[in-house]
Amino acid sequence: MKNCGSETVEANLGRSRSLFGIREIVFETRCSAIVSTLFFCSGLASAADVAGTVKIDGSSTVAPISMAAAELFQAKNKAVKVTVGISGTGGGFKKFLDAQAELRTDISDASRPIEATELKKAEEHGVKFMELPLAWDGICVVVHPSNSFCNHLTVEELKRIWSPDSKINNWKDIRGGFPDLPLKLYGPGTDSGTFDYFTQAIVGKEKSSRADYTPSENDNVLVQGVAGDRGSLGYFGYAYYEANKSKLKAIAIDSGDGKPVTPSVASIRDGSYKPLSRPLFLYVNAASWKRPEVKAFVEFVFADPKSIVEHKRVNYVSLPDAVYDLARQRLKEEKTGSAMAKAPAGLRDLAAIFSAP
Amino acid sequence: MTSRPADMDYAPLLVWRRTKSAMFLVICAVMGCLGLVALAALIATIIRDGASHLSLDFLTNFPSMFPEASGVKSALHGSIWLVVITIVFSVPIGIGAAVYLEEFAPDNRLTRLIHLNISNLAGVPSIVFGLLGLTIFVRWSRFDRSIFSGGLTLCLLVLPVIIIASQEALLAVPKSFRLAAYALGATRWQTVRYHVLPVALPGMMTGIILALSRAIGEAAPLIIVGAIAYITFVPDGLKSQFTALPIQIYFWSNQPDPEFQNLAASASIVLLGVLIPLNAIAVLIRGLRQRKRAW
Repeated sequence: MKNCGSETVEANLGRSRSLFGIREIVFETRCSAIVSTLFFCSGLASAADVAGTVKIDGSSTVAPISMAAAELFQAKNKAVKVTVGISGTGGGFKKFLDAQAELRTDISDASRPIEATELKKAEEHGVKFMELPLAWDGICVVVHPSNSFCNHLTVEELKRIWSPDSKINNWKDIRGGFPDLPLKLYGPGTDSGTFDYFTQAIVGKEKSSRADYTPSENDNVLVQGVAGDRGSLGYFGYAYYEANKSKLKAIAIDSGDGKPVTPSVASIRDGSYKPLSRPLFLYVNAASWKRPEVKAFVEFVFADPKSIVEHKRVNYVSLPDAVYDLARQRLKEEKTGSAMAKAPAGLRDLAAIFSAP
Repeated sequence: MTSRPADMDYAPLLVWRRTKSAMFLVICAVMGCLGLVALAALIATIIRDGASHLSLDFLTNFPSMFPEASGVKSALHGSIWLVVITIVFSVPIGIGAAVYLEEFAPDNRLTRLIHLNISNLAGVPSIVFGLLGLTIFVRWSRFDRSIFSGGLTLCLLVLPVIIIASQEALLAVPKSFRLAAYALGATRWQTVRYHVLPVALPGMMTGIILALSRAIGEAAPLIIVGAIAYITFVPDGLKSQFTALPIQIYFWSNQPDPEFQNLAASASIVLLGVLIPLNAIAVLIRGLRQRKRAW
């Protein structure tokens, strides 16, 4: 393996011409072999001969699910090209609702429901869409693993830490009994759906946060930051905590009833980890839905969403079957518009929200 | 000025001056090495993390949710397409602009304004060029979020650098060359075509290649124009959607699974594998030119 690697580098450097030539021939034959296999397979496998491109963009939190879906779908439908961008939930909606119809994406990945301003834009530009709940995600509040004094925080305490006018820069100011240790804050940048959801759930107003923390759009930078700083506190999606459990300590959250809950697949699924567990959505453009390749892809995702969401390379938390049934119902009836926008604030029961008329 | 007595012992002063000189040398050497150490550390880390994934399959596989089956095929092809589009548009325009400004344009307020603007453009952050590309190519020209829009945006990004490098190469051609050509009755066109350009060309090439290596490493403007993180086909035309190596690296480095972060290092090695030969060619051309120079 290693030898092969260094040879490739040499071939890239182009130092030895003959080597490069041979590699090119190998490359060509491989390509043609792949192409012929492709034709062979598509002749055999695909019952519905769909072709075309499905454009997806949006939240980087949802991206692993849609990428896995794309990969599994394309394995069966070789002629369909599915592309997934990661512009963030807000950036994704910008492309989904573009004024120029030909620049619009077919599907938008979202880690929060569509907002009033975006709904207004959809109406202005005449974009009709179907809103489909896809999975649960939790936002973890994490500290350095050596932090032994803080096992849980209340929403009230988190609010005092993260409010725009917060002056808390030391752990001892958070709760009596905490040691004198400088507090270092880490969190996602302001373009992130995670930031939007956290500020809404904790501070009470979307995008309302203190600004003197270390922000990064790259969650791994946040992981490194929290793991390398004794007085650290940060928040990001559950998948990043799951992948770095040995380097981080997750804090249990007390939503006000005096019963702190630690984030886990179980507590996110049954809704006891609140208010920081959130639903993830797919928004499908209703005009794109008329195209067979988009229809085939979305139907593929919702035929067995659990197998994609809980795929071992994805590892997200799936929704109850009843909610997926409601999503399929929506697709069947081609019901457009946002159920989330109509739901009363604070209602977490997706089955109730999506079965409302 | 303080005057010193004639019988003063100058030896200690001399020692101090020599020590200072030696200290300066050491400081400069340390500074010089710091850059090298940083570069060596960087290369060592990406090779440590990324070498084990490097194989022919890595170059010919598309990205996948399985790290062991992932590859940079779409990104590598995308980067090559982008560079070719950038070369096709930026080289003729860049050299043309430089020749006009240096050889033909009168020295007036307008030309000086153009000069000043080009120098300023060379310092504009690349993300601004991304916004420019989004407006001009994606929206107005209706090229969509295609690889063509991406290439043209990179072309805008490198143009100022190419123009300035070409102008400097032209300035380095001694005036006597031009005067000699004119004296023998050559027209302006003949002078530029047969006497100035051939001499300036190696210098221009160096500038162009360095500018292109910058274009290959850019991610920010491409993300704005619409490069895509997950794509499992290679470009099949100018209208095609695309990704590029820096985008793939950025995306992989952002994944929760550490295996993908190692893939990001492997992709960085591939990117270096494209960049280093380009820079080597630039150095080679410069070396050749200096050896061939007969004046």
